[in-house]
Amino acid sequence: MTAPLLRLDHVTKTFGPVTVIDDVSVDVLPGRVQVLLGENGAGKSTLIKMMSGIYQPDGGRILIDGNETHLPTVKAAEAHGVATIHQELNLVPQLSVAENIMLGRTPQKLGLVDRSSLRRHASAALERIGLRVPLDRPVGTLGVAKQQLVEIAKALSQQARILILDEPTAALTGTEIDQLFSVVEDLRADQVGMVFISHHLDEIARIGDTVTVLRDGQFVQEVPADTPENELIRLMVGRDIEDQFPRRAPEQPGDVLLSVEGLSSEGHFEDVSFEVRAGEVLGIAGLVGAGRTEVLRAVFGADRYDRGTVAVAGDQLPPGDVGAAIEAGLGLVPEDRKAQGLVLEHSVQDNTGLATFRRHARAGLVDRAGEKRRADDVTSRLNVRMAGLGQPIRNLSGGNQQKVVFGRWVLADTRILLLDEPTRGVDVGAKVEIYELINAITDNGGAVLMVSSELPEALGMSDRLLVMSAGRATGVLESNTASEDDVMALAVSNIEPAQTISSEGEAA
Amino acid sequence: MTATAQTTSPTRRSTLSKVGHWAMNNGALVGLILLCIGLFIATPAFLTIPNIINIGIQAAVVAILAFGMTFVIVTAGIDLSVGSVAALGAMVSAYSFASLNLPGILTVVVGLGVGMLAGSISGLAIAYGKLPAFIATLAMMSIARGLTLVVSNGTPIDTSDTVNIFGSRVAGIPVPIFAMVLAGVVCWFILSRTVLGRSMYAVGGNIEAARLSGIPVKRVLVWVYALSGLFAGLAGLVLAGRLRSAGPQAGSGYELDAIAAVVIGGASLAGGSGRATGTLIGAILLAVIRNGLNILNVSSFWQQVVIGCVIALAVGFDVFRRKTDS
Repeated sequence: MTAPLLRLDHVTKTFGPVTVIDDVSVDVLPGRVQVLLGENGAGKSTLIKMMSGIYQPDGGRILIDGNETHLPTVKAAEAHGVATIHQELNLVPQLSVAENIMLGRTPQKLGLVDRSSLRRHASAALERIGLRVPLDRPVGTLGVAKQQLVEIAKALSQQARILILDEPTAALTGTEIDQLFSVVEDLRADQVGMVFISHHLDEIARIGDTVTVLRDGQFVQEVPADTPENELIRLMVGRDIEDQFPRRAPEQPGDVLLSVEGLSSEGHFEDVSFEVRAGEVLGIAGLVGAGRTEVLRAVFGADRYDRGTVAVAGDQLPPGDVGAAIEAGLGLVPEDRKAQGLVLEHSVQDNTGLATFRRHARAGLVDRAGEKRRADDVTSRLNVRMAGLGQPIRNLSGGNQQKVVFGRWVLADTRILLLDEPTRGVDVGAKVEIYELINAITDNGGAVLMVSSELPEALGMSDRLLVMSAGRATGVLESNTASEDDVMALAVSNIEPAQTISSEGEAA
Repeated sequence: MTATAQTTSPTRRSTLSKVGHWAMNNGALVGLILLCIGLFIATPAFLTIPNIINIGIQAAVVAILAFGMTFVIVTAGIDLSVGSVAALGAMVSAYSFASLNLPGILTVVVGLGVGMLAGSISGLAIAYGKLPAFIATLAMMSIARGLTLVVSNGTPIDTSDTVNIFGSRVAGIPVPIFAMVLAGVVCWFILSRTVLGRSMYAVGGNIEAARLSGIPVKRVLVWVYALSGLFAGLAGLVLAGRLRSAGPQAGSGYELDAIAAVVIGGASLAGGSGRATGTLIGAILLAVIRNGLNILNVSSFWQQVVIGCVIALAVGFDVFRRKTDS
């Protein structure tokens, strides 16, 4: 066996009284992809922060090429060839591709930028990963996937030997992921050691070699990457999850609760119509940029639309009026929980009551005792794990934050829940709890409209699945008989071939 | 907060760390108390009843402006116009008395109304016109000051007797202090008890989450600037009442003191936080520094330097506290 490039040797990390990493060892081998797997809070990001010099271990050692090494800063880690590609990209959008690649070490001549040398270096870096983008293009005008590849090129041009990929696929579409993975394959051949974190279990077998499973900061087991998904989940969660998608549809759907007719918004979506019945979950699938989120927001009144109607139980909703939509029984769990769903610095209680404190007010005064009682009731019903109602919601895990957003609409007696990527950034265990919430809503005669980019989830948790392609609804499938291929066929059916090429990876 | 003093014994922890925790969260108040003790030791004249009342009167105008500014800063906005709006309110009030012979009580209503109107216009420009608050209120600052000069023709105008009450004493209590307390109670009540106040925190904390939860964000913003204008109108009347006349340059630069008071009081310019009690402490702290330096015969030029340092210290301390907290 080849010697590891980097080894975390029995490392421990504590923050105050909390031990977040307890005696964990990880090896990064040349030409291998080491996967770190665990729920949120299991300690994955703490481990990569130790590798990249952001945190220092309180116990144990870091070995690089077999020698004990201290990585007191990010710079020190970089000097040893460790580079990290974070979910949030570290590029300056206004600067060109070449300038970004050479950022911080711009070649100079007499204090002026040496443009030809800059271009030469940058172009060599792009060459290495086979990325073809114009050197002078501002990075911000590229799609997320290409930006990520530019960042990888940048890291490699700094002689990185160890590449840490922290959820690199979270914002990518299928073809973009393929592109990224083919670069990873090339780097594997170049003997680069890689660490890979992903919430998508199917990617692990595709790209990984070995998997280090973590739970609550402790090492559980190291297994080969082709371990079956159910087994991986069991190791991660510590118990069997019998059914990943426990959808329970009622025998007979009820009356039509939500009907959307000919909804159009210039440049976003065109002539979209559908109905959702009481007790039903209608999924919306499609590629990124197909207009799914835009439709959801238009239905809720968050954005205006040009033509068409939205009606709840037969009554038409005024366009662009969130207040009226909520009044009519709609609720939206938005795509980006932190930016659109939560007031991060405020307490769990305030976030829970955000949609209802006005309703329960008397003479303009907030019903403070009632707010507390209702928040207490709904957070315990939804099993929100927290220190207390006064805790800032920022400190909760993704899954618990999401439950609070759900709880907000439970309190508002929402009959039609609009979900946009409801389990993004949520642990496997908490996912199932959220699915059960969806079941509870439909059991009580509510209707759910759910956008999901994860096909297994879209098929597994919906009763019918509306597929969108380039702004149009291209078909409705029965979820329990449709396959992922059926969905994909409809998802690309409205995209002209020329468009596929130009928009590939540059949808933004 | 969870990570502090875990190693000390439980009993000591419960007292010591609670005190430490309280002190960390009330840095401005602790600073104020320490400053008062220091000034008392330096010059016992500091802690005499007349001087304390003097400080209260000196703090009043800035404090009233700052209470209005608290609403604005809680919603992540800024109102640069309050000094000018205070002057305009007082000037139109004085004009309505001197040239239009309005009865005294109406001159007060005019002063407050002009302030609220100017604030509402800023609010409409921000909420519906989508102007950045900085720009909209910078424009209003210039407009209000200009109108003050137009109305007054550049010379002070005598205010009505009713307005002068705002600068006098009633039953021994200086009315400016009374007005300050009243404004503070109203500010506290709105922020902590009303739907409007709760909406302000939500809008300032995350405007998109507030909007998607059905909070009428635009209406809330108009109210916020209207209230700031109303409070500025009141501050203008107090300022004019003390001088018995409305001056065309009254209140120049006061907006910056008001912002400083709010920020020293612990509000974040990023929005979503801020309390009336904090703002009161911030305003009093500024007044105590000015008063103390006066008593100690420090030149007013140096006072500005000291106040600048206090602002930087207060906010720096707050940043440090948040960092250790999380």
